[in-house]
Amino acid sequence: MSTIHSESAAAPARPRWLQPFGVFAVLFLIAAQAIALLTSAPDRDMGHLQKILYVHVPSAWMSMIAPAVVFVASVLYLWKRQAKHDMLASAAAQVGIVFIGLTLIQGSIWARPTWGIWWTWDPRLTTTAILFLIYAGYLALRAFADDEDQRARWSAAVGILGFLNVPIVYMSVRWWRTIHQVQSTPETMDAVYRLGLRLNAFAFLFIFIYLVAIRYHIAKLERSREAVLEERALTGGRVHV
Amino acid sequence: MRVGAIVWKDLTAERRTKANFNSVAFLAALILLLFGFALGPDTQALRNVAGGVLWLTVLFSGVLSFNRSYEQELENGSLEMLLLYPGDRRSIFVGKLIANLVFVLLMEAVLIPLAAVLYDIPIWRVIGPLAIVLFLGTLGFVTLGTFYSAMASRLRAREVLLPLLLFPMLIPLLIAAVQATGLILTGDLMVRDAAAGATVALSSSWVRVLVVFDIVFLTGALFAFEHVIED
Repeated sequence: MSTIHSESAAAPARPRWLQPFGVFAVLFLIAAQAIALLTSAPDRDMGHLQKILYVHVPSAWMSMIAPAVVFVASVLYLWKRQAKHDMLASAAAQVGIVFIGLTLIQGSIWARPTWGIWWTWDPRLTTTAILFLIYAGYLALRAFADDEDQRARWSAAVGILGFLNVPIVYMSVRWWRTIHQVQSTPETMDAVYRLGLRLNAFAFLFIFIYLVAIRYHIAKLERSREAVLEERALTGGRVHV
Repeated sequence: MRVGAIVWKDLTAERRTKANFNSVAFLAALILLLFGFALGPDTQALRNVAGGVLWLTVLFSGVLSFNRSYEQELENGSLEMLLLYPGDRRSIFVGKLIANLVFVLLMEAVLIPLAAVLYDIPIWRVIGPLAIVLFLGTLGFVTLGTFYSAMASRLRAREVLLPLLLFPMLIPLLIAAVQATGLILTGDLMVRDAAAGATVALSSSWVRVLVVFDIVFLTGALFAFEHVIED
Protein backbone atom coordinates (compact mmCIF):
# COMPACT_ATOMS: atom_id res chain seq x y z
CA MET A 1 0.00 0.00 0.00
CA SER A 2 2.81 2.34 0.88
CA THR A 3 4.43 1.96 -2.55
CA ILE A 4 1.24 3.10 -4.25
CA HIS A 5 1.02 5.98 -1.86
CA SER A 6 4.53 7.22 -2.54
CA GLU A 7 3.99 6.88 -6.30
CA SER A 8 0.92 9.05 -6.31
CA ALA A 9 2.00 11.51 -3.68
CA ALA A 10 2.40 14.45 -6.03
CA ALA A 11 1.16 15.19 -9.52
CA PRO A 12 4.10 15.52 -11.93
CA ALA A 13 5.07 19.14 -12.31
CA ARG A 14 5.07 20.78 -15.70
CA PRO A 15 8.61 21.07 -17.03
CA ARG A 16 9.82 24.60 -16.53
CA TRP A 17 10.95 25.08 -20.13
CA LEU A 18 7.56 24.19 -21.58
CA GLN A 19 5.78 27.52 -21.39
CA PRO A 20 8.67 29.78 -22.50
CA PHE A 21 9.39 27.37 -25.32
CA GLY A 22 5.75 27.49 -26.41
CA VAL A 23 5.81 31.30 -26.49
CA PHE A 24 9.06 31.18 -28.45
CA ALA A 25 7.66 28.63 -30.93
CA VAL A 26 4.54 30.68 -31.63
CA LEU A 27 6.50 33.93 -32.02
CA PHE A 28 9.02 32.21 -34.27
CA LEU A 29 6.20 30.85 -36.43
CA ILE A 30 4.62 34.29 -36.77
CA ALA A 31 7.97 35.84 -37.68
CA ALA A 32 8.83 33.08 -40.15
CA GLN A 33 5.44 33.37 -41.84
CA ALA A 34 5.77 37.16 -42.02
CA ILE A 35 9.25 36.98 -43.54
CA ALA A 36 8.21 34.30 -46.02
CA LEU A 37 5.06 36.11 -47.12
CA LEU A 38 6.74 39.50 -47.42
CA THR A 39 9.95 38.48 -49.15
CA SER A 40 8.54 36.10 -51.74
CA ALA A 41 7.51 37.56 -55.08
CA PRO A 42 4.38 36.11 -56.66
CA ASP A 43 5.22 33.01 -58.63
CA ARG A 44 5.17 33.24 -62.44
CA ASP A 45 2.58 30.50 -62.84
CA MET A 46 0.89 30.28 -59.48
CA GLY A 47 0.89 33.89 -58.31
CA HIS A 48 0.05 34.29 -54.63
CA LEU A 49 -1.16 30.73 -54.52
CA GLN A 50 2.50 29.83 -54.13
CA LYS A 51 2.37 31.09 -50.54
CA ILE A 52 0.61 27.95 -49.35
CA LEU A 53 4.04 26.39 -49.74
CA TYR A 54 5.07 27.86 -46.39
CA VAL A 55 2.44 25.96 -44.46
CA HIS A 56 1.87 22.98 -46.69
CA VAL A 57 5.42 21.71 -47.11
CA PRO A 58 6.37 22.07 -43.41
CA SER A 59 3.13 20.30 -42.43
CA ALA A 60 3.97 17.51 -44.84
CA TRP A 61 7.42 17.19 -43.29
CA MET A 62 5.92 16.96 -39.81
CA SER A 63 3.59 14.24 -41.19
CA MET A 64 6.74 12.28 -42.00
CA ILE A 65 8.56 13.03 -38.74
CA ALA A 66 5.63 12.07 -36.51
CA PRO A 67 5.33 8.46 -37.77
CA ALA A 68 9.11 8.11 -37.42
CA VAL A 69 8.90 9.28 -33.79
CA VAL A 70 6.04 6.86 -33.15
CA PHE A 71 8.12 4.07 -34.69
CA VAL A 72 11.28 4.78 -32.69
CA ALA A 73 9.35 5.22 -29.44
CA SER A 74 7.42 1.99 -30.11
CA VAL A 75 10.60 0.00 -30.72
CA LEU A 76 12.13 1.48 -27.56
CA TYR A 77 9.02 0.58 -25.59
CA LEU A 78 9.01 -3.07 -26.66
CA TRP A 79 12.72 -3.20 -25.94
CA LYS A 80 12.93 -1.42 -22.58
CA ARG A 81 9.30 -1.47 -21.38
CA GLN A 82 9.35 2.00 -19.91
CA ALA A 83 6.10 3.94 -19.79
CA LYS A 84 7.76 7.12 -21.03
CA HIS A 85 8.32 5.65 -24.48
CA ASP A 86 4.69 4.63 -24.73
CA MET A 87 3.58 8.12 -23.73
CA LEU A 88 5.93 9.63 -26.29
CA ALA A 89 4.58 7.38 -29.07
CA SER A 90 1.03 8.31 -28.13
CA ALA A 91 1.84 12.04 -28.00
CA ALA A 92 3.60 11.96 -31.38
CA ALA A 93 0.71 10.05 -32.96
CA GLN A 94 -1.86 12.51 -31.67
CA VAL A 95 0.05 15.56 -32.86
CA GLY A 96 1.07 13.74 -36.05
CA ILE A 97 -2.51 13.04 -37.11
CA VAL A 98 -3.29 16.76 -36.79
CA PHE A 99 -0.42 17.62 -39.13
CA ILE A 100 -1.37 14.81 -41.52
CA GLY A 101 -4.92 16.14 -41.59
CA LEU A 102 -3.66 19.69 -42.16
CA THR A 103 -1.45 18.49 -45.01
CA LEU A 104 -4.42 16.83 -46.68
CA ILE A 105 -6.63 19.88 -46.35
CA GLN A 106 -3.92 22.25 -47.60
CA GLY A 107 -3.15 19.89 -50.48
CA SER A 108 -6.80 19.99 -51.49
CA ILE A 109 -6.93 23.78 -51.22
CA TRP A 110 -3.87 24.00 -53.46
CA ALA A 111 -5.07 21.37 -55.93
CA ARG A 112 -8.41 23.07 -56.56
CA PRO A 113 -7.07 26.24 -58.31
CA THR A 114 -3.99 24.48 -59.72
CA TRP A 115 -5.43 21.30 -61.16
CA GLY A 116 -9.11 22.29 -61.00
CA ILE A 117 -9.99 19.41 -58.67
CA TRP A 118 -10.16 18.97 -54.91
CA TRP A 119 -8.72 15.53 -54.94
CA THR A 120 -6.30 13.71 -57.18
CA TRP A 121 -4.76 10.27 -56.82
CA ASP A 122 -1.32 11.80 -56.68
CA PRO A 123 1.13 9.40 -54.95
CA ARG A 124 2.06 11.80 -52.17
CA LEU A 125 -1.50 12.91 -51.53
CA THR A 126 -2.76 9.33 -51.57
CA THR A 127 0.05 8.15 -49.29
CA THR A 128 -0.78 10.94 -46.85
CA ALA A 129 -4.43 9.89 -46.84
CA ILE A 130 -3.43 6.29 -46.12
CA LEU A 131 -1.12 7.50 -43.33
CA PHE A 132 -4.09 9.33 -41.84
CA LEU A 133 -6.12 6.11 -41.84
CA ILE A 134 -3.29 4.03 -40.36
CA TYR A 135 -2.73 6.42 -37.47
CA ALA A 136 -6.46 6.89 -36.95
CA GLY A 137 -6.54 3.12 -36.45
CA TYR A 138 -3.61 3.41 -34.05
CA LEU A 139 -5.42 6.01 -31.95
CA ALA A 140 -8.68 4.04 -32.09
CA LEU A 141 -6.87 1.00 -30.71
CA ARG A 142 -5.45 3.12 -27.90
CA ALA A 143 -8.92 4.46 -27.14
CA PHE A 144 -10.48 1.01 -26.93
CA ALA A 145 -7.75 -0.77 -24.94
CA ASP A 146 -8.40 -0.25 -21.23
CA ASP A 147 -5.51 -2.09 -19.67
CA GLU A 148 -2.51 0.21 -19.55
CA ASP A 149 0.17 -2.41 -20.13
CA GLN A 150 -1.81 -4.12 -22.89
CA ARG A 151 -2.50 -0.80 -24.61
CA ALA A 152 1.19 0.09 -24.57
CA ARG A 153 2.34 -3.24 -26.03
CA TRP A 154 -0.38 -3.44 -28.65
CA SER A 155 -0.10 0.09 -29.87
CA ALA A 156 3.68 -0.29 -30.06
CA ALA A 157 3.21 -3.30 -32.35
CA VAL A 158 0.71 -1.38 -34.48
CA GLY A 159 3.00 1.66 -34.57
CA ILE A 160 5.90 -0.46 -35.82
CA LEU A 161 3.96 -2.31 -38.52
CA GLY A 162 2.29 0.92 -39.62
CA PHE A 163 5.63 2.59 -40.17
CA LEU A 164 7.04 -0.40 -42.06
CA ASN A 165 4.13 0.00 -44.43
CA VAL A 166 4.85 3.63 -45.35
CA PRO A 167 7.51 2.94 -48.04
CA ILE A 168 5.48 0.03 -49.44
CA VAL A 169 2.38 2.20 -49.64
CA TYR A 170 4.27 5.02 -51.33
CA MET A 171 6.01 2.81 -53.88
CA SER A 172 2.89 0.88 -54.78
CA VAL A 173 0.74 3.99 -55.13
CA ARG A 174 3.39 5.73 -57.23
CA TRP A 175 3.77 2.75 -59.46
CA TRP A 176 0.03 2.36 -59.77
CA ARG A 177 -0.24 6.00 -60.91
CA THR A 178 2.69 5.98 -63.34
CA ILE A 179 1.10 3.11 -65.17
CA HIS A 180 -1.97 5.28 -65.57
CA GLN A 181 0.10 8.14 -67.02
CA VAL A 182 -0.34 11.05 -64.71
CA GLN A 183 1.48 14.32 -64.94
CA SER A 184 4.36 14.87 -62.57
CA THR A 185 5.25 18.26 -61.15
CA PRO A 186 8.94 19.15 -61.05
CA GLU A 187 10.12 20.48 -57.74
CA THR A 188 12.32 23.29 -58.87
CA MET A 189 12.43 26.23 -56.54
CA ASP A 190 13.95 29.70 -56.63
CA ALA A 191 16.29 30.91 -53.89
CA VAL A 192 13.71 33.58 -53.02
CA TYR A 193 11.35 30.95 -51.71
CA ARG A 194 13.96 28.79 -50.08
CA LEU A 195 14.70 31.00 -47.08
CA GLY A 196 11.04 31.34 -46.18
CA LEU A 197 10.54 27.62 -46.48
CA ARG A 198 13.55 26.83 -44.28
CA LEU A 199 12.47 29.24 -41.57
CA ASN A 200 8.99 27.80 -41.58
CA ALA A 201 10.28 24.26 -41.49
CA PHE A 202 11.98 25.11 -38.19
CA ALA A 203 8.94 27.02 -36.96
CA PHE A 204 6.74 23.98 -37.58
CA LEU A 205 9.30 21.72 -35.95
CA PHE A 206 9.25 23.88 -32.80
CA ILE A 207 5.46 23.88 -32.75
CA PHE A 208 5.49 20.12 -33.24
CA ILE A 209 7.92 19.61 -30.34
CA TYR A 210 5.88 21.95 -28.15
CA LEU A 211 2.61 20.14 -28.88
CA VAL A 212 4.18 16.71 -28.35
CA ALA A 213 5.63 17.91 -25.03
CA ILE A 214 2.18 19.09 -23.94
CA ARG A 215 0.51 15.80 -24.86
CA TYR A 216 3.34 13.96 -23.12
CA HIS A 217 2.82 15.98 -19.98
CA ILE A 218 -0.94 15.36 -20.10
CA ALA A 219 -0.31 11.63 -20.43
CA LYS A 220 1.88 11.84 -17.34
CA LEU A 221 -0.85 13.66 -15.41
CA GLU A 222 -3.40 11.06 -16.48
CA ARG A 223 -1.13 8.29 -15.24
CA SER A 224 -0.69 9.87 -11.86
CA ARG A 225 -4.43 10.48 -11.62
CA GLU A 226 -5.08 6.82 -12.36
CA ALA A 227 -2.63 5.89 -9.66
CA VAL A 228 -4.45 8.13 -7.19
CA LEU A 229 -7.84 6.66 -8.13
CA GLU A 230 -6.41 3.19 -7.76
CA GLU A 231 -5.11 4.07 -4.32
CA ARG A 232 -8.48 5.42 -3.33
CA ALA A 233 -10.16 2.25 -4.50
CA LEU A 234 -7.67 0.14 -2.54
CA THR A 235 -7.71 2.09 0.68
CA GLY A 236 -11.34 3.13 0.54
CA GLY A 237 -10.34 6.45 2.02
CA ARG A 238 -10.52 9.94 0.66
CA VAL A 239 -7.58 11.02 -1.43
CA HIS A 240 -6.99 14.41 -2.96
CA VAL A 241 -6.96 14.25 -6.76
CA MET B 1 4.93 -29.89 -34.26
CA ARG B 2 3.26 -27.38 -31.99
CA VAL B 3 2.23 -25.42 -35.05
CA GLY B 4 0.70 -28.53 -36.58
CA ALA B 5 -1.29 -29.22 -33.41
CA ILE B 6 -2.81 -25.74 -33.46
CA VAL B 7 -3.65 -25.91 -37.15
CA TRP B 8 -5.24 -29.30 -36.63
CA LYS B 9 -7.19 -28.13 -33.59
CA ASP B 10 -8.55 -25.01 -35.32
CA LEU B 11 -9.46 -26.77 -38.52
CA THR B 12 -11.11 -29.66 -36.67
CA ALA B 13 -13.24 -27.25 -34.69
CA GLU B 14 -14.19 -25.57 -37.94
CA ARG B 15 -14.85 -28.82 -39.78
CA ARG B 16 -17.11 -30.15 -37.04
CA THR B 17 -19.32 -27.09 -36.88
CA LYS B 18 -19.02 -25.80 -40.46
CA ALA B 19 -21.20 -22.93 -39.32
CA ASN B 20 -18.57 -20.30 -39.93
CA PHE B 21 -17.34 -21.52 -43.25
CA ASN B 22 -20.79 -21.94 -44.70
CA SER B 23 -21.99 -18.53 -43.66
CA VAL B 24 -18.81 -16.71 -44.69
CA ALA B 25 -18.68 -18.45 -48.08
CA PHE B 26 -22.35 -17.69 -48.63
CA LEU B 27 -21.79 -14.05 -47.70
CA ALA B 28 -18.88 -13.90 -50.17
CA ALA B 29 -21.14 -15.19 -52.95
CA LEU B 30 -23.74 -12.63 -51.94
CA ILE B 31 -21.23 -9.75 -52.05
CA LEU B 32 -20.09 -10.88 -55.49
CA LEU B 33 -23.68 -10.79 -56.68
CA LEU B 34 -24.30 -7.39 -55.07
CA PHE B 35 -21.30 -5.93 -56.89
CA GLY B 36 -22.84 -7.19 -60.11
CA PHE B 37 -26.09 -5.37 -59.34
CA ALA B 38 -24.25 -2.21 -58.32
CA LEU B 39 -22.08 -2.10 -61.42
CA GLY B 40 -24.73 -2.95 -63.97
CA PRO B 41 -25.32 -5.82 -66.35
CA ASP B 42 -22.74 -4.91 -69.01
CA THR B 43 -20.66 -8.11 -69.24
CA GLN B 44 -17.66 -6.46 -70.85
CA ALA B 45 -17.52 -3.74 -68.20
CA LEU B 46 -17.90 -6.32 -65.45
CA ARG B 47 -15.04 -8.37 -66.84
CA ASN B 48 -12.77 -5.32 -66.77
CA VAL B 49 -13.39 -4.69 -63.08
CA ALA B 50 -13.53 -8.35 -62.08
CA GLY B 51 -10.10 -8.23 -60.39
CA GLY B 52 -11.13 -5.40 -58.09
CA VAL B 53 -14.50 -6.93 -57.33
CA LEU B 54 -12.96 -10.29 -56.56
CA TRP B 55 -10.40 -8.90 -54.12
CA LEU B 56 -12.83 -6.61 -52.34
CA THR B 57 -15.16 -9.58 -51.91
CA VAL B 58 -12.28 -11.62 -50.45
CA LEU B 59 -11.34 -8.81 -48.05
CA PHE B 60 -14.88 -8.01 -46.91
CA SER B 61 -15.87 -11.61 -46.26
CA GLY B 62 -12.46 -12.85 -45.09
CA VAL B 63 -12.22 -10.19 -42.39
CA LEU B 64 -15.18 -11.82 -40.66
CA SER B 65 -13.29 -15.05 -40.15
CA PHE B 66 -10.28 -13.73 -38.22
CA ASN B 67 -11.82 -12.67 -34.91
CA ARG B 68 -13.60 -16.01 -34.66
CA SER B 69 -10.22 -17.72 -34.60
CA TYR B 70 -9.43 -16.12 -31.22
CA GLU B 71 -12.98 -15.81 -29.95
CA GLN B 72 -13.40 -19.53 -29.57
CA GLU B 73 -10.24 -19.56 -27.46
CA LEU B 74 -11.40 -16.67 -25.30
CA GLU B 75 -14.88 -18.04 -24.66
CA ASN B 76 -13.58 -21.03 -22.74
CA GLY B 77 -10.44 -19.42 -21.39
CA SER B 78 -8.38 -21.81 -23.46
CA LEU B 79 -5.99 -19.09 -24.67
CA GLU B 80 -4.44 -19.03 -21.20
CA MET B 81 -3.96 -22.78 -21.45
CA LEU B 82 -2.31 -22.41 -24.85
CA LEU B 83 0.03 -19.80 -23.41
CA LEU B 84 0.94 -22.06 -20.50
CA TYR B 85 2.17 -24.84 -22.74
CA PRO B 86 5.95 -24.87 -23.15
CA GLY B 87 7.56 -23.74 -26.36
CA ASP B 88 7.74 -20.73 -28.58
CA ARG B 89 4.63 -18.56 -28.54
CA ARG B 90 5.15 -17.63 -32.13
CA SER B 91 3.96 -21.11 -33.02
CA ILE B 92 0.49 -20.02 -31.86
CA PHE B 93 0.62 -17.24 -34.42
CA VAL B 94 1.92 -19.49 -37.20
CA GLY B 95 -0.67 -22.15 -36.37
CA LYS B 96 -3.54 -19.68 -36.42
CA LEU B 97 -2.16 -18.12 -39.58
CA ILE B 98 -2.09 -21.44 -41.43
CA ALA B 99 -5.58 -22.35 -40.22
CA ASN B 100 -6.90 -18.96 -41.38
CA LEU B 101 -5.04 -19.33 -44.67
CA VAL B 102 -6.69 -22.68 -45.34
CA PHE B 103 -10.06 -21.18 -44.41
CA VAL B 104 -9.77 -18.19 -46.74
CA LEU B 105 -8.24 -20.21 -49.61
CA LEU B 106 -11.13 -22.69 -49.40
CA MET B 107 -13.54 -19.77 -49.48
CA GLU B 108 -11.78 -18.50 -52.60
CA ALA B 109 -12.07 -21.96 -54.15
CA VAL B 110 -15.83 -21.53 -53.89
CA LEU B 111 -15.71 -17.90 -54.95
CA ILE B 112 -13.56 -18.12 -58.09
CA PRO B 113 -15.73 -20.50 -60.13
CA LEU B 114 -18.76 -18.45 -59.17
CA ALA B 115 -17.02 -15.24 -60.24
CA ALA B 116 -16.01 -16.92 -63.49
CA VAL B 117 -19.66 -17.67 -64.23
CA LEU B 118 -21.11 -14.35 -63.09
CA TYR B 119 -18.46 -12.12 -64.61
CA ASP B 120 -17.72 -14.24 -67.66
CA ILE B 121 -14.03 -14.77 -66.90
CA PRO B 122 -12.14 -17.52 -68.74
CA ILE B 123 -10.32 -18.79 -65.66
CA TRP B 124 -9.15 -22.13 -67.03
CA ARG B 125 -6.68 -20.48 -69.39
CA VAL B 126 -5.08 -18.44 -66.61
CA ILE B 127 -5.53 -20.72 -63.64
CA GLY B 128 -1.76 -21.05 -62.98
CA PRO B 129 -0.79 -17.36 -62.69
CA LEU B 130 -4.13 -16.59 -61.04
CA ALA B 131 -3.47 -19.19 -58.35
CA ILE B 132 -0.06 -17.66 -57.61
CA VAL B 133 -1.50 -14.16 -57.25
CA LEU B 134 -4.39 -15.42 -55.14
CA PHE B 135 -2.06 -17.32 -52.84
CA LEU B 136 0.42 -14.45 -52.34
CA GLY B 137 -2.33 -11.87 -51.85
CA THR B 138 -4.21 -14.11 -49.43
CA LEU B 139 -1.02 -14.85 -47.49
CA GLY B 140 -0.40 -11.15 -46.84
CA PHE B 141 -4.07 -10.56 -46.01
CA VAL B 142 -4.21 -13.48 -43.59
CA THR B 143 -0.87 -12.57 -41.97
CA LEU B 144 -2.05 -9.11 -40.97
CA GLY B 145 -5.59 -10.35 -40.29
CA THR B 146 -4.34 -12.98 -37.85
CA PHE B 147 -2.03 -10.45 -36.23
CA TYR B 148 -4.53 -7.63 -35.74
CA SER B 149 -7.36 -9.92 -34.68
CA ALA B 150 -5.15 -11.16 -31.81
CA MET B 151 -5.68 -7.67 -30.40
CA ALA B 152 -9.07 -6.68 -31.75
CA SER B 153 -10.82 -9.90 -30.66
CA ARG B 154 -10.07 -9.05 -27.02
CA LEU B 155 -11.58 -5.56 -27.13
CA ARG B 156 -15.12 -4.30 -26.85
CA ALA B 157 -15.51 -2.92 -30.37
CA ARG B 158 -13.91 -5.85 -32.15
CA GLU B 159 -16.27 -5.91 -35.14
CA VAL B 160 -15.39 -2.39 -36.21
CA LEU B 161 -11.87 -2.16 -34.84
CA LEU B 162 -10.42 -5.03 -36.86
CA PRO B 163 -11.29 -3.60 -40.31
CA LEU B 164 -10.34 -0.15 -39.07
CA LEU B 165 -6.83 -1.37 -38.25
CA LEU B 166 -6.51 -3.90 -41.04
CA PHE B 167 -7.83 -2.28 -44.21
CA PRO B 168 -5.56 0.80 -44.33
CA MET B 169 -2.57 -1.50 -43.95
CA LEU B 170 -3.81 -3.67 -46.82
CA ILE B 171 -4.01 -0.89 -49.41
CA PRO B 172 -0.66 -1.69 -51.12
CA LEU B 173 -1.62 -5.36 -51.14
CA LEU B 174 -5.01 -4.53 -52.62
CA ILE B 175 -3.47 -2.38 -55.36
CA ALA B 176 -0.88 -4.99 -56.29
CA ALA B 177 -3.27 -7.93 -56.16
CA VAL B 178 -5.99 -6.17 -58.15
CA GLN B 179 -3.52 -4.96 -60.78
CA ALA B 180 -1.93 -8.38 -61.16
CA THR B 181 -5.29 -10.15 -61.26
CA GLY B 182 -6.70 -7.67 -63.74
CA LEU B 183 -3.69 -8.04 -66.03
CA ILE B 184 -3.91 -11.81 -65.88
CA LEU B 185 -7.65 -11.87 -66.53
CA THR B 186 -7.47 -9.52 -69.49
CA GLY B 187 -4.56 -11.49 -70.91
CA ASP B 188 -2.43 -8.37 -71.28
CA LEU B 189 0.66 -9.69 -69.60
CA MET B 190 3.50 -8.10 -71.53
CA VAL B 191 4.60 -4.48 -71.59
CA ARG B 192 7.85 -2.73 -72.30
CA ASP B 193 9.66 -1.75 -69.15
CA ALA B 194 11.28 1.55 -70.05
CA ALA B 195 13.81 1.48 -67.21
CA ALA B 196 15.07 -2.02 -67.85
CA GLY B 197 14.78 -1.65 -71.60
CA ALA B 198 13.33 -5.11 -71.82
CA THR B 199 9.97 -6.71 -72.25
CA VAL B 200 8.71 -8.04 -68.97
CA ALA B 201 5.46 -9.42 -67.73
CA LEU B 202 3.83 -6.49 -65.95
CA SER B 203 1.84 -8.78 -63.71
CA SER B 204 5.06 -10.33 -62.46
CA SER B 205 6.28 -6.96 -61.20
CA TRP B 206 3.06 -6.61 -59.22
CA VAL B 207 3.64 -10.13 -57.95
CA ARG B 208 7.00 -8.89 -56.68
CA VAL B 209 5.21 -6.19 -54.68
CA LEU B 210 3.07 -8.92 -53.13
CA VAL B 211 6.15 -10.97 -52.27
CA VAL B 212 7.82 -7.96 -50.61
CA PHE B 213 4.63 -7.21 -48.67
CA ASP B 214 4.35 -10.82 -47.49
CA ILE B 215 7.98 -11.03 -46.39
CA VAL B 216 7.98 -7.67 -44.57
CA PHE B 217 4.80 -8.36 -42.63
CA LEU B 218 5.43 -12.05 -41.94
CA THR B 219 8.73 -11.00 -40.36
CA GLY B 220 7.27 -7.96 -38.60
CA ALA B 221 4.25 -9.83 -37.26
CA LEU B 222 6.37 -12.76 -36.06
CA PHE B 223 8.61 -10.35 -34.18
CA ALA B 224 5.76 -8.35 -32.69
CA PHE B 225 3.40 -11.23 -31.86
CA GLU B 226 5.20 -12.24 -28.66
CA HIS B 227 4.57 -8.77 -27.28
CA VAL B 228 0.93 -8.83 -28.32
CA ILE B 229 -0.03 -12.20 -26.91
CA GLU B 230 1.64 -12.07 -23.50
CA ASP B 231 -0.55 -11.39 -20.47
